[in-house]
Amino acid sequence: MDYQLLVDIFPQVLLDGIILGFMYALIALGYTMVYGVLEFINFAHSEIFIVGAFVGVEILLSLKGAGLLEALPWPLVLVLILAAGMAGSAALAVSVERIAYRPLRQAPRLIPLISAIGVSFFLQDLIRLVESVWRNAFNLVYPTLDVLNERFELTSTLDVSVKSLVVIVAALAMLWALHAIVNRTKVGTAIRAVAEDQAAASLMGINVNRIISLTFLIGGAMGGAAGVLFGVQYGLINPYSGFIPGLKAFTAAVLGGIGNIPGAMIGGIVLGLLEAFAASYLSLLTGGAFGAEYKDIFAFSVLILILIFRPKGLLGEVVRERA
Amino acid sequence: MIYSVLAAAVVALSAWAVATFPRSVLVFLLFQGSLLFTYVAPIPAWLRAVLFAVALLVLMPVIGYYNGYYLEVATQVGIFVALALGLNIVVGLAGLLDLGYVAFFAVGAYTWAIFGSPHANQIFGGGAFPLAPGWFYLFLLVGLFVAAGTGLLLGLPVLRLHGDYLAIVTLGFGEVIRVLANNLDKPINITNGPKGITPISRPPMPFGLPTSEAFYFLVLVIVAVVIVVNRRLEDSHIGRAWEAIREDQLAAQAMGVPLVRTKLLAFACGASFAGVMGVVFSAKQVFINPESFTFLESIGVLAMVILGGMGSIPGAVIGATVVTVLNLQVLKGLSLWLNELKNAGVTVLGYSLTNLPTQLEPAKYERMIFGVILILMMIFRPQGIFPVRRRARELGRQE
Repeated sequence: MDYQLLVDIFPQVLLDGIILGFMYALIALGYTMVYGVLEFINFAHSEIFIVGAFVGVEILLSLKGAGLLEALPWPLVLVLILAAGMAGSAALAVSVERIAYRPLRQAPRLIPLISAIGVSFFLQDLIRLVESVWRNAFNLVYPTLDVLNERFELTSTLDVSVKSLVVIVAALAMLWALHAIVNRTKVGTAIRAVAEDQAAASLMGINVNRIISLTFLIGGAMGGAAGVLFGVQYGLINPYSGFIPGLKAFTAAVLGGIGNIPGAMIGGIVLGLLEAFAASYLSLLTGGAFGAEYKDIFAFSVLILILIFRPKGLLGEVVRERA
Repeated sequence: MIYSVLAAAVVALSAWAVATFPRSVLVFLLFQGSLLFTYVAPIPAWLRAVLFAVALLVLMPVIGYYNGYYLEVATQVGIFVALALGLNIVVGLAGLLDLGYVAFFAVGAYTWAIFGSPHANQIFGGGAFPLAPGWFYLFLLVGLFVAAGTGLLLGLPVLRLHGDYLAIVTLGFGEVIRVLANNLDKPINITNGPKGITPISRPPMPFGLPTSEAFYFLVLVIVAVVIVVNRRLEDSHIGRAWEAIREDQLAAQAMGVPLVRTKLLAFACGASFAGVMGVVFSAKQVFINPESFTFLESIGVLAMVILGGMGSIPGAVIGATVVTVLNLQVLKGLSLWLNELKNAGVTVLGYSLTNLPTQLEPAKYERMIFGVILILMMIFRPQGIFPVRRRARELGRQE
């Protein structure tokens, strides 16, 4: 076996894993915040995430159509699509909660989950329908900005592209903002109070419905940002491409301890690293018998193992049982 | 009395109409509607049985003679009815939400596909395969046991999980099986990867029946067996234990229901139906690949169970029929119709349909149908169209 090769690719794999991990962390926040407040898996979050990517690509394509894409400074374009993607996803998340989840809040536990699966499927085809009517295509490619594809060679075996840096910086900024909102503001205190005990929170004068909507708004906005970054980083999106990243982000949330916000960030990065290493090293270590195709299995196996042996996750938020 | 005559008349009339207009989807839907009417109409039980027997055993094959596609639809409906009944045990009776159900179907299908085609020679060497077509009937049992075993295998580690966690893990399991099927063409070629396996032997047909008729009757027999088994299970010791677990796990345990064994049994029973149908499916299709066993199929079967009513046997049958017909006939029919209108250059309200985007094909939107079914049923009628009385009382109450 070529040990030198294993060592040489290590820094690059590490970097790719971290980028992937930040993406998962941003999506995982949506799952974990909603779970913290409602104890409910928002299965449709993967579509809320990919809607952000679609809003972003639509804006880029219209800018390109108007000839503005090259004229505007690229940081402005990036901020614009991020903001729009966040707004689109947040609005969608709030309306989904209002329409499909709120009427079911008192129902037995599996009922809202099934409804959420329905929402997820419905949204996938709705995006497809809208894009088919509007553009006559639903596999869309992010228009490239030349600046973003420039790569810096750090060492002979490690390089990093501008867009990867953008992803890392944007993700860090989002995570910091979220942390500040949840821990330093009055609204954040209210969110934590509702997560702790809905009845007591409402007795303290907190409007529980509004806080739940707000939770969906924030989680949706994070998902939308992740969607735009996903599009910028990987280029090609279709209505169904949110599903697998969504599932993995959920795994990340469980890994870190669902309901636990720092846990989601750490879980995301751990899962991203695990996956990047599995994808690059599995084939090398087994002499090509098992390739990168198995990375999905790897993520699911992690999920199953965690749930069996450490259902509280790495950071140990207590998973409460509700009959 | 009036209903008896009416029911017999609708069935006979609609069957005659199908034979007269074999190309019209609407007329075939009418025939299916007449069966539904026969089921709900207040008529004597013996008459209902006779009408169903005549319709399914005589009229349907005759209709199939006029339009072979209808027989294909009926066979598909049968396959999905068996799947829905299997999932109904796991989700409806035992209350364990299984989102990876199609994995068991895949296991059954691959069991026969590997041994019923020359593919097994690549695993074991030599030229002993495919097995003689007669082995198919034995493999119905083999498929059953292999799938049930897989169900146990999945059940053992995940039974400690509850509710939505269990759902996500079964979903992951379904994906794992699909990814395995997609990639196990190396180091040993077991599933032939995304290229799939073909040609898969078909069983020898009894009485020299033509293939499509034979498969129709085979599926019909299996569905009948599955329904009988389900009915017997429902009111048995085990069935009641399942429902007890669904309602309140702790109370059930206190009453002496062995949790682990009962839940495992639910997984194994549900999986075994899917395994049998998987064997039939692979023989019917002659070719299978991992594309037939996606998450979409699992959710489709779930939508059938939910539409009919969780835990209800007639509900599962009707749910499976409605969803399958919707997919195979209504959406496809709509696509064709839209295309015809487009080609004819019809204008609606001043908008020429020729300008419709080419990507707009109603047949491709089955996810939307499943999604709408799931959301609307959960919000407005979580107990389903034909609820079991006990389930209706549980889910129908509002605060």
